[in-house]
Amino acid sequence: MSQDTLPLTGWGRFPLSTARVVPLADAAVAPAALDRTHKGDTVLPYGLGRSYGDSCLNDGHTALLTRPLDKLLAFDSSQGLLTCQAGVSFAEVLQFAVPRGWFLPVTPGTKFVTVGGAIANDVHGKNHHVAGNFGNHVTSFELVRSDGRYTCSPAENPELFRATIGGLGLTGLITQATFRLKPITSVHIDQEVVRYSTLDEFFALSAESEASFEYTVSWIDCFASGRQLGRGHFIRGNHSSGVLPQSLPAQKRIAVPVNAPGWLLNSLSLRSFNLAYYWRQPQRIKRTKTHYDPFFYPLDAILNWNRIYGKRGLLQYQCVLPMGDGSEAIKDILKLISQAQMGSFLAVLKTFGAVPSVGLMSFPRHGVTLALDFPNCGDRLFKLLAELDNVTRQAGGAVYPAKDARMSPASFAQFFPQFSEFSRFIDPHFSSSFLRRVQ
Amino acid sequence: MRKVIIFGATSAIAQAVARRLAQKSDALFLVGRNPNKLAALVSDLVVRGAKPPGSASADLNDTSAHARLFQQAVDHLGGCDVVLIAHGDLGHEAAAQRDYTEALASYHSNFLSAVSLATVAGNYFEAQKSGCLVAISSVAGDRGRQSNYIYGSAKGALSLFLQGLRNRLFHSGVHVITVKPGFVDTPMTAQFKKGALWAQPDTIAAGIVRAVESKREVVYLPGFWWLIMFIFKVMPEGIFKRLRT
Repeated sequence: MSQDTLPLTGWGRFPLSTARVVPLADAAVAPAALDRTHKGDTVLPYGLGRSYGDSCLNDGHTALLTRPLDKLLAFDSSQGLLTCQAGVSFAEVLQFAVPRGWFLPVTPGTKFVTVGGAIANDVHGKNHHVAGNFGNHVTSFELVRSDGRYTCSPAENPELFRATIGGLGLTGLITQATFRLKPITSVHIDQEVVRYSTLDEFFALSAESEASFEYTVSWIDCFASGRQLGRGHFIRGNHSSGVLPQSLPAQKRIAVPVNAPGWLLNSLSLRSFNLAYYWRQPQRIKRTKTHYDPFFYPLDAILNWNRIYGKRGLLQYQCVLPMGDGSEAIKDILKLISQAQMGSFLAVLKTFGAVPSVGLMSFPRHGVTLALDFPNCGDRLFKLLAELDNVTRQAGGAVYPAKDARMSPASFAQFFPQFSEFSRFIDPHFSSSFLRRVQ
Repeated sequence: MRKVIIFGATSAIAQAVARRLAQKSDALFLVGRNPNKLAALVSDLVVRGAKPPGSASADLNDTSAHARLFQQAVDHLGGCDVVLIAHGDLGHEAAAQRDYTEALASYHSNFLSAVSLATVAGNYFEAQKSGCLVAISSVAGDRGRQSNYIYGSAKGALSLFLQGLRNRLFHSGVHVITVKPGFVDTPMTAQFKKGALWAQPDTIAAGIVRAVESKREVVYLPGFWWLIMFIFKVMPEGIFKRLRT
């Protein structure tokens, strides 16, 4: 049963890879693990595997498993500064921080990511318009490279600091990090859901909400077309005030035990789902008080939800289009998707604010971002996604590497012109399937 | 508040037990081999609000140091109510099956060193007329299998040893618990492909804390392993040996 190599995939379960796995239980001996005895072998840190495509994979090479590095190292309760090892998950941070009156400064749509992964992908969340990315709240980290150990912060090794935030794990191994939490007084969010019927309404709602709501996001019906193109639910919220519990109860979760059959998700079933979801809220505005778990992490309640997409897996597409021309380009993209009838359950639209990203290679930039899943149906889908890339390129936007499994080297070069500057910081002992694919 | 000594404290399961006990305000003394991992674990417990635990780094394969280590822990805690023996090593099964020296190393770390610690702790509890000794064995010790009979026989011997010790110490009011985890997702098993039968270390840790509190004797963790091993044990050898398990 024990073997040298293991199959590893990202969350989309496409592509498949095999890698030699090295668990990192001890941050202090990590440099030894980087010393590859096999010539030509490279390493890449692997945390919880929540990147969708191949940016967390190192096919045929070595994966350094960071999850055993799960210790909290220091907490400054006056400033909310937490220092922890890189394999600590956001779920574990919340478990610790929330009863003490603190929350993650920025969180993606799943709490099953590690701190190291959050830095390497410079993740963003529903509060991008006010808070920027996770990297904007990181004060320092320790980076182990094949030539030594570096403390990185805006003051110390600032270039490595900027290159590592959003650096896709290629600049070295993050062993521990310090970041700023934000104070809260309640586990609840005061939420408003506004049903809207056109894309222009979405932009109007975004503009109106950003000043008074910390969190904004929108779900859209990716099957709607014509006048209804872009219709959906605009979700906005702020932390409630109240009293915090002493500790958090374990969340009830259901699991998807096996792969669903491939035919389950077809254009008819998905179209019906989107239609029903849109009309789930007949009234225009609905105000509720909701726990932060369903507000931020609705899908975390279903373990292995990616199995719903069957054994061929799913591809997620997330692009950002700059403000200005963005609204036209986003229409083109939504039209292409709606015509192709290939979208899925949860298409998400959100505006990114003007807070500059810290990372050299960070994905978020001022504009509007669209993210959605597609069941992997092969060539037809790859052709559609390449067309979406073209629209994104023409609009001067970018596609998110953490979600990608197939963008072309030419597209990547255009999305990330700063790559040549970044490549100086890639550790020669580090590589990834993504890097080899787009280079 | 209990006074607890954990040997092999930086193992994934023991670490999770330490976090759970610290949350219950127990006083801890942690013994582990790797000083860096031990220091990180101590920080983790303190950040989470535990009383600063005592700790000592030691290679538990060195049985000659066990009595001194145990005394150091007892002195630090001012007594002892619970001992958890959690260290272990899967070893190189394939090599050990062909090389006695490798096999001996596995027996030493998985069986003999645990015997040594359990003897020291058992004698202490016997004199004190109270205490609870918990040791982590394995479902692998329930039946010899071609894929892991070196590790399995070390753990099987440990289970038998603990059974005898339990019977001896019962008369002095001392409780002995044999923990038999199934597949656990830890750094020790990183090289294994994980399936539905695999459990997280914290699940096992919760079971261990429950076992201590409800004075169980032999616990399979998670519980369904009792049924799996029951079926394994009753299967006739003539069939079992053909299964290539």
